Amino acid sequence: MMRKSPFLLGIHAEPPRLLRPVLGILPIVVLVAAYLVVSHVRLQENPRDKLTPSVSQMVSAVKMMAFTRDNRTGTYLMWADTLSSLRRIAIGLGSAALVGLFLGLHMGMLPGMGVTLLPAMTFLSTVPPLAILPVLFIIFGVGELGKVMLIFIGGLFVITRDIYYATRRIPREQIVKALTLGASQFELIFQVVLPQIMPRLLVVVRLSLGAAWLFLIASEAIASTDGLGYRIFLVRRYLSMDIIIPYVLWITLLGFLMDSALRFIVNRRYPWYAAAQ
Amino acid sequence: MREMPDTNSLLVLEDVYKAYGAKVVLDNIDLIVNGGELCTVVGPSGCGKSTLLRLVLGQETPTLGRILINHKAVGYPCPDRGVVYQRYSLFPHLSVIQNVVLGKRLSAGIFERISRRQEFLDEAMYFLEKVRLAEHVDKYPHELSGGMQQRVALAQSLIMKPGILLMDEPFGALDPGTREEMQVFLLELWEEFGMTIFFVTHDLEEAVFLGTRILVLSQFYSDDRGDACAQRGARIVADYPLARRASSTVVKEQAEFGELIQKIRHEGFDPGFRQHVRLFNLVHDDSFQTLTEEEHNME
Ligand SMILES: Nc1ncnc2c1ncn2[C@@H]1O[C@H](COP(=O)(O)OP(=O)(O)O)[C@@H](O)[C@H]1O
Ligand SMILES: [Mg+2]
Repeated sequence: MMRKSPFLLGIHAEPPRLLRPVLGILPIVVLVAAYLVVSHVRLQENPRDKLTPSVSQMVSAVKMMAFTRDNRTGTYLMWADTLSSLRRIAIGLGSAALVGLFLGLHMGMLPGMGVTLLPAMTFLSTVPPLAILPVLFIIFGVGELGKVMLIFIGGLFVITRDIYYATRRIPREQIVKALTLGASQFELIFQVVLPQIMPRLLVVVRLSLGAAWLFLIASEAIASTDGLGYRIFLVRRYLSMDIIIPYVLWITLLGFLMDSALRFIVNRRYPWYAAAQ
Repeated sequence: MREMPDTNSLLVLEDVYKAYGAKVVLDNIDLIVNGGELCTVVGPSGCGKSTLLRLVLGQETPTLGRILINHKAVGYPCPDRGVVYQRYSLFPHLSVIQNVVLGKRLSAGIFERISRRQEFLDEAMYFLEKVRLAEHVDKYPHELSGGMQQRVALAQSLIMKPGILLMDEPFGALDPGTREEMQVFLLELWEEFGMTIFFVTHDLEEAVFLGTRILVLSQFYSDDRGDACAQRGARIVADYPLARRASSTVVKEQAEFGELIQKIRHEGFDPGFRQHVRLFNLVHDDSFQTLTEEEHNME
């Protein structure tokens, strides 16, 4: 007799192929449905309730924020916010990646630099960046620089350490091999090791994105005049859930897209890296 | 056996000791290897074969003693000495042809690298044809089988024309069939290019089949230093010239071949048999031995 595995329950379950995506989307459908029901009931009781806006209320809020020119500033607020926030993340995390790559690579390859800097890097990467946000604001001001610096510092030490360890993981044999092929110290670092570290850099940047968004929104909430985080905390005063919810979904989508893009680049440009994992 | 080292030889090791902390791994190694030799090194696993190879390569320095290559003390690893490891010989981010041409590029100046680009690529192709990989030049190492990877590694080393090629269990991770193919193949290349090879393996059959000379490295020996059971660093306990027979695996079936293997297994791999340092079978013309006072304190 053929053995029959259960569909869903137990460790032997084999959910049918066709059912898998359906199952995967089910919890999301349930959540959305639950929200719609709650929102409907609450609005029936009190049409001026602001906590659980209906879909149409959110759509009109988005229309106002994204597709209507703001009277005061003359811009489309949601796009202006998005642009400011993305720019801060790109500059902050981008420069952290560049500096972190440079430091980590050299610490990994030059023992003198490694033993000198590693303890400091370990210490610094343990300092919670949000705790020194006030310090950053005092030193760099509450303008763009303060916010970018928070993202930069929040990413830098983590990236440096990760790149350092990635560099150290390159087998000693390979370094020796490169020397027997006539590599100079400079060539060894920049032509043999660096190209092997690049995909890891993209991976660690991808993993740092979550923290970068956290730092971005925190610093925008505290001191800013635009940005996605700024807007959410601004409209909170008016309990404008019809704006907050779409903004949160938008931020989530942006984060997801950045994550996917980086993953795509790693798999596409560095197939040998994916194969080694 | 010689009394004095002849420093005109390609590779000379004299009184070489290597210890990691308190653990002595290599004990008073004396060795001369001349050009053209395919010198194999066998010994029980963990006896220090790879350590010896790393010393010759310049990856590590001896605790005591000196190592000369072409009359000069060995320095850091450099193109004089090529190396093929069991793994990690290839650069994963480079295609097959890029891996082979890499040495040419790294050794050339920036302008030469551009002006002689095609020449370098042609030379790499020549060696890839030699190792019969011409149709795989654009693949990446992870797309190749283990045997193909090692052939790329050979081409990668050959293109540099090193004075001596060091190999550390290069076929150790291959299945028996591929392994045998690679052995025959290595002999062909060795003959064609007149290479000098220093080949480390724990596989006795492989060592006897490939070598023109076999060194047996072992910690199982005795001397006059007392405390007979103490852990000794490994020494070269036997050194035989091998007749270079036809490069065919048929010889592996012959009785003579099997007898030598049995003999070496007894001398080097049997913890119960500890030959005295003065009685080592150092038969090869190039072998020499300098014993310390305690070691040969005869009466
Ligand atoms: N870097 C090191 N530090 C400490 N001990 C080592 C080191 N490298 C090798 N050894 C020791 O030296 C001995 C010989 O190792 P190895 O040369 O790799 O042996 P083999 O290649 O013959 O199997 C082993 O006991 C090993 O533990
Ligand atoms: Mg070994």
